[in-house]
Amino acid sequence: MVPVMSRDAAVAANRFGLGARPGEIVAAAHDPRGWLHAQIERLAPVPDTLKAAAPDPATALETTFIQQRTQPDPNPVQLAYRGFVAELMEWLATTDTPFLERWALFWANHLTVSLRGGNPGALVGDYYLNTIRANCLGKFEDMVLASARHPAMLRYLDNAQSMGPNSFLGQRSRRGLNENYARELMELHTISPAGGYAQADVTQLARVLTGWSAGNPGPAPFVFRVPMHEPGDKQVMGRTFTEGEAAGEEAIRWLATRPATWRHLATKLARHFVADDPPPAAIAAIEKRLADTGGDLKASAKAVVALPDAWGKAQSKLRTPLEFVVASFRATGNPLPPPNRLGALNILGQPMFLAPAPNGWPDRAENWAGPEAMLRRIEWAGTLVRRIADPPDPRAVLEATLGPLADQHTRFNVSNAETSRDGLVVLLGSPAFQRR
Amino acid sequence: MSHLPLGRRGFILGLSAGLAAGRAELALANAPGERRLVAVVLRGALDGLSAVAPYTDPKFAELRGPLAMPGPGQEGGLLDLGGTFGLHPAMPELQKMYAANEAAIVHAVAGPWRTRSHFDGQDFLESGADKRLSAGWLNRAVLALWPAEARAADTPSRKALAAGQNVPLLLRGAARTANWVPRNLPATSPEAIARLAELYRRDPLLGPVFADAESGRRFAAAALGSQPAGQPGGERAGFVTLMQAAGSLLAQPQGPRIAAMELNGFDTHANQAQRLPNLLGTLDAGFAALKAALGDAWRTSCVLAMTEFGRAVRINGTGGTDHGTAGVAFLAGGAVAGGRMLGDWPGLGELHENRDLVPTTDLRALAKGLLGGHMRVPAAALDRDVFPDSAGVAPMRGLLRA
Repeated sequence: MVPVMSRDAAVAANRFGLGARPGEIVAAAHDPRGWLHAQIERLAPVPDTLKAAAPDPATALETTFIQQRTQPDPNPVQLAYRGFVAELMEWLATTDTPFLERWALFWANHLTVSLRGGNPGALVGDYYLNTIRANCLGKFEDMVLASARHPAMLRYLDNAQSMGPNSFLGQRSRRGLNENYARELMELHTISPAGGYAQADVTQLARVLTGWSAGNPGPAPFVFRVPMHEPGDKQVMGRTFTEGEAAGEEAIRWLATRPATWRHLATKLARHFVADDPPPAAIAAIEKRLADTGGDLKASAKAVVALPDAWGKAQSKLRTPLEFVVASFRATGNPLPPPNRLGALNILGQPMFLAPAPNGWPDRAENWAGPEAMLRRIEWAGTLVRRIADPPDPRAVLEATLGPLADQHTRFNVSNAETSRDGLVVLLGSPAFQRR
Repeated sequence: MSHLPLGRRGFILGLSAGLAAGRAELALANAPGERRLVAVVLRGALDGLSAVAPYTDPKFAELRGPLAMPGPGQEGGLLDLGGTFGLHPAMPELQKMYAANEAAIVHAVAGPWRTRSHFDGQDFLESGADKRLSAGWLNRAVLALWPAEARAADTPSRKALAAGQNVPLLLRGAARTANWVPRNLPATSPEAIARLAELYRRDPLLGPVFADAESGRRFAAAALGSQPAGQPGGERAGFVTLMQAAGSLLAQPQGPRIAAMELNGFDTHANQAQRLPNLLGTLDAGFAALKAALGDAWRTSCVLAMTEFGRAVRINGTGGTDHGTAGVAFLAGGAVAGGRMLGDWPGLGELHENRDLVPTTDLRALAKGLLGGHMRVPAAALDRDVFPDSAGVAPMRGLLRA
């Protein structure tokens, strides 16, 4: 029987999913939208091996302290980080719920934590699974609040150390405010500069959040440290927040449910799932769903699936290096041993949890389509294909991955390559495979 | 507020060795096609007051607390820049260039934007406007200088070079660019590459990129010989390698004349005293590597290192500094009229929003001074195309040797 190949199924697997695995387009063909909806009805469990690679935050903090105190070789923070990323790559390469995982990856990038600050390498596994992924079908405000309390974020954006100048400890030390987290919470995580705030609002929000800390005493994942908390009322964007931990939660929930936040999130989602410069109607549809549901992320995922433009403008997005690597693994059965899975992302310039700055990895083609960057993708595809002991027929891989999205020239050049390995390199390196 | 004209106070170190250069060399420096410009984007907002400390300013020690380093001549102290300002001790190579009148420093510089967002700030810095544009100002300068070549489909070498895995916004746009990174992957089979070339040729977005990648590699292989594989050693080695390669390619008679690269990590909210030396040391080593690789072409070259904004004057509560406004820019190269502090020093008596160094120089004026005076981009193009609607911003003068 000839498998049913529908164009929408190929879009579902590539645009919304992580790149088709053999058999996936056929599985989605009966009802592509239903295939996506089924993946986000509930949070599918992750494999035990992935869970085991993400130590709980108290253990991860302990590991971090041991590493900082005694600097053992090998570095246990590095080991924890590499172990988790290798397992995560394995999961992304094999999962049957690729839309759910793409959705989680989107939010992990939105609330970026990077190893470039605060030494959070042992913590990122728990952060990803239990802060981002665990909340990605719930309310947005809950996810932001969970990230605000996670030691990975508290360390990365310095809030763990931020101290009220008039707090008990602030009065007795030279230490004081650090406004890094407060600024990014407003600018990147919630309302964005379009939300309209001034420097004074950033500083006041930083005061509200003083005392939100981690790791002391002992490896406590989250502590509200009263002696560091700035006393008194604070005014943020015309709103008064009182002293205490509850005011911090109130401020975060308030920011995470502003109209400016819906607009900001909708724009980023439309850019991710439709086009670098998304049509205003697509933004408006997601924005409305976020507003109507108070930031229900499952409902918003369905609103994204319902966008006509997400299906009409097929192949309009350039895959990021991570998306390209994962799609290549899924196409070829993930032939690389674990260390090389990390290496792939380093080589192509997008190592996980290592974004250069708190705004995360860029989501526009122009950021990734440099001359060398494109040639390196092709060369890396060559190293991947060389690892395959018994290369499959490239024509079959093309049908299973791009299917109806492959144009005649791609088909011709993949089919007529000199060897099956060359055919696979031409497929993975082709412009069609660089897109989703 | 006392605005002291730094340039006219004569912070001149050493003799003006450059004046000894003969007429022949000056003629060479002025020959069209010989001048080179390198732009380095320092991402994350470099703390200008740590990089170039106004250690004699009466308010400096009080405002900076533990981040104020000892003055020149003291143990671990600043490097002398002529008696009023001191360079961070992690930058000995730049100080040597300054002493040889081959480097200058512009303090209290900022773009026309007043944002404390890194991401807006970097976009504006590279766009050359107070909003994000789809192309960078350096790309528009390349278009103005070489309008036909910049758009040509096929050329042995591009005039503009991005060194690094990605092309920064500064150099993105209609002018096509070469791109270089160390090679560390095995080559693809010629047969597969030929088929891929056929596929990319049909792709409007990726086709030109693929073509420039191929021609760029051919030129680099011919110019640099077989390259060593990319050395491990992290970001520092990476940046120095890029500066060295850029220098070698710029030195080629038919090579690029404009190059851009970036260095990340300057967002020092905490433990700045521990983190900044490595970053500034990397930049310093990069300047030295570029100079060495340029060889004779250093005489006709100019490097501009700039950042999206400066950092707050007062130290924050965690041994670092938060986002500010005015900062510092570095100029180096044989074409620079160096050994001087440029711009007006606003002092620390009054601060922007009671927090930041007051900007006295528009970064566009500095860039225009270099693009106009050094690269000879016509004034009309600078005012209209390179920096849109900037006719009111006069190019900074006195940046370059006569």
